[in-house]
Amino acid sequence: MSNKSWRLISVFILVLLISLAAAGCGGGGIDENKNEVEKLKVGFVYIGSVKDGGWSQAHDEGRQYLEKELPYVDASDYVENVPESPGDAERVITQLAEQGNKIIFTTSFGYMDPTINVAKNYPDVTFLHCSGYKTAENVGAYFGRMYQARYLSGLVAGKATVSNIIGYVAAMPIPEVIRGINAFTLGVKKVNPEAKVKVVWTNTWIDPSAAKRAAEALLDAGADVITQHQDSPAPQQAAQAAGKLGIGYNSDMSKAAPKAVMTSPIWNWGPYYVETVKAIKEGTWDSTPKCASLTYWGGLEDGVVGLAPFGPMVPDEVKQLVEQEKQRIISGAWDVFTGPIKDQKGEVRIADGKRMTDEEMLNMNWFVEGVEGTIPAPK
Amino acid sequence: MNQDILVAILATAITAGTPILFAALGEILAERAGVLNLGVEGMMLVGAVCGFICALQTANPWAGMFLAMLAGGLLALIHAFLTVTMKANQVVSGLALTMFGTGLSGYLGKSYVGTALPVPFENYTVPVLGNIPLLGPVFFQHDPMVYISYLLVPALWFLIFRTKAGLHMRAVGENPAAADSVGVNVFLTRYIYVIAGGMLTGIGGAYLSLNYVPSWMENMTAGRGWIAVALVIFATWNPVHALWGSYLFGGIDALGFRLQTLNVLVSPYFLKMLPYLLTIAVLILVTRRNMVNRIGSPRALGLPYDREER
Repeated sequence: MSNKSWRLISVFILVLLISLAAAGCGGGGIDENKNEVEKLKVGFVYIGSVKDGGWSQAHDEGRQYLEKELPYVDASDYVENVPESPGDAERVITQLAEQGNKIIFTTSFGYMDPTINVAKNYPDVTFLHCSGYKTAENVGAYFGRMYQARYLSGLVAGKATVSNIIGYVAAMPIPEVIRGINAFTLGVKKVNPEAKVKVVWTNTWIDPSAAKRAAEALLDAGADVITQHQDSPAPQQAAQAAGKLGIGYNSDMSKAAPKAVMTSPIWNWGPYYVETVKAIKEGTWDSTPKCASLTYWGGLEDGVVGLAPFGPMVPDEVKQLVEQEKQRIISGAWDVFTGPIKDQKGEVRIADGKRMTDEEMLNMNWFVEGVEGTIPAPK
Repeated sequence: MNQDILVAILATAITAGTPILFAALGEILAERAGVLNLGVEGMMLVGAVCGFICALQTANPWAGMFLAMLAGGLLALIHAFLTVTMKANQVVSGLALTMFGTGLSGYLGKSYVGTALPVPFENYTVPVLGNIPLLGPVFFQHDPMVYISYLLVPALWFLIFRTKAGLHMRAVGENPAAADSVGVNVFLTRYIYVIAGGMLTGIGGAYLSLNYVPSWMENMTAGRGWIAVALVIFATWNPVHALWGSYLFGGIDALGFRLQTLNVLVSPYFLKMLPYLLTIAVLILVTRRNMVNRIGSPRALGLPYDREER
């Protein structure tokens, strides 16, 4: 063959490679729905994989529960690994709406504006956004009082630490994360006033490599218990590798690091998803914010948040204490952010006996006493 | 206390630098033989995903490493075929390889994203050496792959500069026509080193997914392949220099979160940017014409060899 035709062939192969690569990138996770029976279609948008062992997995377990409990629901449309960028998120949400989903759950903070934007074009579709603060006629905002479970896990951590330094791998400096750090620290301080909670920001929800390095940095700084506001169990794996303890988050993380994980504050979305879908179908649902800016903000009493089973290293005495505090919160007699609470400078921010309002909790932007770290200034 | 932190930073610099080191060593082999392979990022990603899936299925990280090596070598074979046999443009083929590898790895790894690897490599302290204060914890308390990279550096240096095979490799990279005229098989030599380079690069990628993290995530190399390509120039095609260069890049990687625990307020975004900034600076510096001559880049680098075009 002549030189020229070889060149042609190689160009052809290159084009083939590139188009293959493009196909690999663009492979969507949406299944075609060929159901004959008219079912109520419910769609879900996830930031991670349904097997991430954390945040997205917890939502997906809720989705499966929903399908099981309500036979008339078809919740087979879900999209994983959707970036929070407006372009990607709006495209995916629009796609779900176009596919006939009548209820769409968007399950990450960054989907808030994309959800609101898409919702304007689909007035007959109900959108539910997790963890944000904006609502509209057909957009509800829902979340759980994770801070209550965080507080309980803080009790466990405070009892377990020997070095009195607890490492906290935190994601983004937004009120949700700050509230969790504060609640956890209040739990720690309740049983161990000497202990400090050291915070490192990764500026990402899901990046196992960054999360692990952040945990290692905390371990090097003397932490002997590692907890996290991260979607992947990487910080727990780092704690286990160093022979230290940890407290997971989102789902029961003891599967990833059985020797380290004492417990994990977890989400249990299933019952909420069932109630909400039912209410929307019956026409009794509305998006009016009921807890400050949120349509729904359930806590321990609803079971939407809770603690995963304890590991064998947790003593019975601690388990009893946790149960006791849990009942105190459920009874409504007391909540985590009840004064007196001081900030990092030692100034009293919440007076004795006073409770923070939902509004104040949802806008929390300061650390309580006992937290070591700074909140990066908002841009 | 402060000494402990320093040791920890240096030790992390080594583990963070190891994937870059493997990839850079692989690229040195290919470029010494005159083939520029810009597919490093793609080969690393495919190595990472194949290694991860295999290690997860077999519960054996060594099997994962082995498959990653094969996968890297296989991708490199495509590049070798296109550039050596077909005489295609090496830059274009390399870029295509990176795009292909990125897409392929994302596709293969879709259902494994975020799954934690239950059987990572265990750390192993080298007897005697591991107990030397300071140096021990920094250099000799790592996983086996780090030790393999230690051995690989002098071995490759010896191969390139002190053996007949190395002389042939360099001759092919400097002046393939001359090498051909004295009976060196230019095509075979280039094939061998491009594929060997791909194998090392695949290992570099698998080091990320099997050890450094250890789990799989789309695009998890995050530009480390490109850093490796720049590092090869930075290291003037010398494995020993690549060692220090990798650890320098690894050190920047390691520093970020530790500065936060020391309450040093540097924007994390700035730190994330540093390695890439350094890469750009190095590339600008060394691609100036007179500089290229001085640092001795393989003269035939990037040029396909055609017997009939002499």
